[in-house]
Amino acid sequence: MTSVGMRSRWWLYLVLTVALLVVITPFIWMVLGSFKTNAELRQIPPTWWPQNPTLDNFRQLFSRLSFGTYFTNSTIVAVVVTAGNLLFCSMVGYALAMLRFRGKKFVFALILGTLMIPGVVTFVPLFVLVANLGLVDTLPGLFLPFLVGPFGVFLMRQFVLGLPKDLVEAARIDGAGEFRIFFQVILPLLTPALATLGILTFLGSWNNFLWPLVVAQTNDTYTLPVALALYSTGQNEQQYGLLMAGATIVVLPVLAVFLIFQRRFIQGIATTGIK
Amino acid sequence: MSLVTGSRRRDPQGTRDATRSRSSRAPGAAREERAGWLLTLPFLLLFAVFTAWPVIQSVFFSVTDITNRDLRTPFQVNFVAVEQYAKAFGDPVFRQAALNTAYFVLIGVPLTMTVALAAAVALNTGITRFRAVYRLGFYTPVITSIVAVAVVWRFLLHPDSGLVNTVLSWVGIDGPNWLGSTTWAMPSLIAMATWRNFGTAMIIFLAGLQSVPQQLHEAAAIDGANAWQRFRNVTVPILRPTILFVSVTTAIGYLQFFEEPFVMTQGGPLNSTISASMYTYQQFSYGNYGYAAALSYLIFLVIAIVTAVQFRFLSDKED
Repeated sequence: MTSVGMRSRWWLYLVLTVALLVVITPFIWMVLGSFKTNAELRQIPPTWWPQNPTLDNFRQLFSRLSFGTYFTNSTIVAVVVTAGNLLFCSMVGYALAMLRFRGKKFVFALILGTLMIPGVVTFVPLFVLVANLGLVDTLPGLFLPFLVGPFGVFLMRQFVLGLPKDLVEAARIDGAGEFRIFFQVILPLLTPALATLGILTFLGSWNNFLWPLVVAQTNDTYTLPVALALYSTGQNEQQYGLLMAGATIVVLPVLAVFLIFQRRFIQGIATTGIK
Repeated sequence: MSLVTGSRRRDPQGTRDATRSRSSRAPGAAREERAGWLLTLPFLLLFAVFTAWPVIQSVFFSVTDITNRDLRTPFQVNFVAVEQYAKAFGDPVFRQAALNTAYFVLIGVPLTMTVALAAAVALNTGITRFRAVYRLGFYTPVITSIVAVAVVWRFLLHPDSGLVNTVLSWVGIDGPNWLGSTTWAMPSLIAMATWRNFGTAMIIFLAGLQSVPQQLHEAAAIDGANAWQRFRNVTVPILRPTILFVSVTTAIGYLQFFEEPFVMTQGGPLNSTISASMYTYQQFSYGNYGYAAALSYLIFLVIAIVTAVQFRFLSDKED
């Protein structure tokens, strides 16, 4: 760390504080806006604090626009995707790092190779596949393609490589089977890596937009971002209050998750360098 | 966390494992072999169906005339060789989309990286109070849904009742109709993307800055280097691998720019903000699967080239 003098330090705080306010203003304005009426949101000049705070926007989202369903869909998809990634990626990560089996190098090369392929390439055939499986407009269609990912395997493998191999040897000598070793000895030790991968996967799934936009086609399967995007561009564009409240509903849960786990999360970003 | 160092300390193949006796090797090895495959199998199945197969099929799609009418019989389509690729080069909208994407990358990447590096350096200069608060605040936009954020920004940028033009009017500036103007829509989207993305780069820069040895700075200061010279000649060279990594990932992100134009401008006005990815999506949604697949490979090709060029120019020259 470079130390700076008192005077420049004062300036630094001022600049950082102004920058911070600029960065978080949209969120403050969004949350405050969700308690305003349409008329107030259309007012010129805009108001800062709601004049007559109302919960009407939120009430309408859930009673008239089935945001409850979208919220449930988003949650189910994010939880299933996260659980799948944690289980399958840790299994492969462990196998690649600790066990000897034929084809191991090939599997690892395959996974590393696909890390570099952008999602846009597989998008079209993936949709055709899901359509042929009859999974369009179903929740499995939303989560199945994301149950595993190369990034999760890579992260887990790197973490397992740092664990002592003697641990596995000792468990074998005690007569534990290979699966028991994985679930009872290794998995508990993977908690920090599982937490990082879990948060990254959950947030990624919750905020995912393009895939659900294509696969979810009716009210029953829309996720929150899809519903908000479709609602905000149709003839409902003028429903400012509802849009602010909808945006708040989409953002607040992840903000909460983030604030609770932020230390681990930021550590994960810093060590992996992947968002 | 020892995610990076771990691979160096351990022997991944386990070939130097001496603890195991010769007699137990044979049955143990078979057990390990079976367990290894059983643990890998669920992953491989899902991976084969939902990643490997679509990758292979996408190559096939891009050389056929497949459309959504062929959904049930994706193999009874005509082979058209490079026709879809050739079509892209003659397509005025795709050319516009490609130009726009270049604009996003050429302005967006340097801007995002500069803001991120400035924030990281500022947070690394020995301020002790509220450091975590600033870091958290700057990072918040990254974790939020792009759709929600885009909706909010549409209101902030509203020509009359938007917060941005209101603030500008305080200092006597008559703000434009940001998203409705062919000149300003693009800068608006880039500003928003920078706001949303610089946090990721900032965190990675912060981690990189912490590895710059303090003694080097002190030695340079004793030799009479000012703050800028120390930054330029001490910090930046050491940060080079980090800068490379961030520039590659940021560029890949901007090359696939999709959500911002989709939610905020629908590519308008007059296709002035349509991106290559968004055009690909449009063609897909019109049912032109073959063309969309070819377009996605063109984007992939550009990503690969840009990444290779960045590695060439930014990787350590001594190596």
